Amino acid sequence: MEIEKVINELKVKFKDDITEFSIQFGDHVIRIKRESLQDIVRFLKKTPHNFSMLLDLTCVDYIGEKLRFEMVYHLYSISNKNRLRLKIRLDENDLKIDSLTSFWGNANWLEREVFDMYGVRFNGHPDLRRLFMYDGFEGYPLRKDYPLRKRQPIIPMRNEDAD
Amino acid sequence: MGRIKPRHHYPEERKYKGSFFATKLNYVIGWGRKFSIFHYPFITACCGMEYMSAACGHWDFDRFGVGMTTFSPRQSDMLFVVGTISHKEAPVLRTVYEQMCEPKWVIACGACTLSGGIYDNYAVVQGIDKIIPVDVFIPGCPPRPETILDAIEKLQDKIQYQQQDWRWKSKK
Repeated sequence: MEIEKVINELKVKFKDDITEFSIQFGDHVIRIKRESLQDIVRFLKKTPHNFSMLLDLTCVDYIGEKLRFEMVYHLYSISNKNRLRLKIRLDENDLKIDSLTSFWGNANWLEREVFDMYGVRFNGHPDLRRLFMYDGFEGYPLRKDYPLRKRQPIIPMRNEDAD
Repeated sequence: MGRIKPRHHYPEERKYKGSFFATKLNYVIGWGRKFSIFHYPFITACCGMEYMSAACGHWDFDRFGVGMTTFSPRQSDMLFVVGTISHKEAPVLRTVYEQMCEPKWVIACGACTLSGGIYDNYAVVQGIDKIIPVDVFIPGCPPRPETILDAIEKLQDKIQYQQQDWRWKSKK
């Protein structure tokens, strides 16, 4: 199935949920509303669209904008060789989104990484802990307002002026 | 003042001629230690490739007496820290260092280990001398194997001429 047909079906079926269609770097991009994520993903994962693979899931910090964070999902259909990118804007004060762990197993650790680095909460995630940083680490290091040279050592450093 | 007899006039001299020599205990212990360094490789990053070529056939620092690679810190003399050390890993490195028996030495290999290198961010320790004492620093990103051999020779010089501690005489 061609990707254009998928886009056309999306335009018909989810015309209220999708705010923007575009093509970026050769891939189709759709901007969607936060509430409709699971519905759209359920529709895309089923036959005949078969977006069976979650290539990547990450977050972007657009500091200073009204809706500060943007979740990005890269989907791939192995049988149809189609790629599709979903983007969702999130407000800083309401940093919550539905988890995709019920659709793809690898979403578990990818969402833990986004939680670790950006502080986005995922509703329905089975085990939302930090992935890379240690217990007791405060703040979210990949946010643009995290100080560049702020370090949080576990053990005391030998000379006091060390950072 | 009477005339001093030539040394070979002592009969004991003649008897033991060429069969012993006099030296200093400190020097002998240093000589023994510098050619029998058991090293513990603490390798976390890409400098490990250079360490491997220095340790294996092409450069082969077994020629300098650093052949024995141990993976138990309790049986090693020299800690070879190779690669980026993150703050999450710092307690592990310090534990490994504290488990080593005296006398012990540390070589820090590569820019990340010395100073954090290009990683001036939230995650990386800015030089392992902030965690444990270091004897020899090897700069380079990554250092050539020849540089590692040079560092080993410098460490051997240090071991040879330092004040040795042994059983009935401990370091201050």
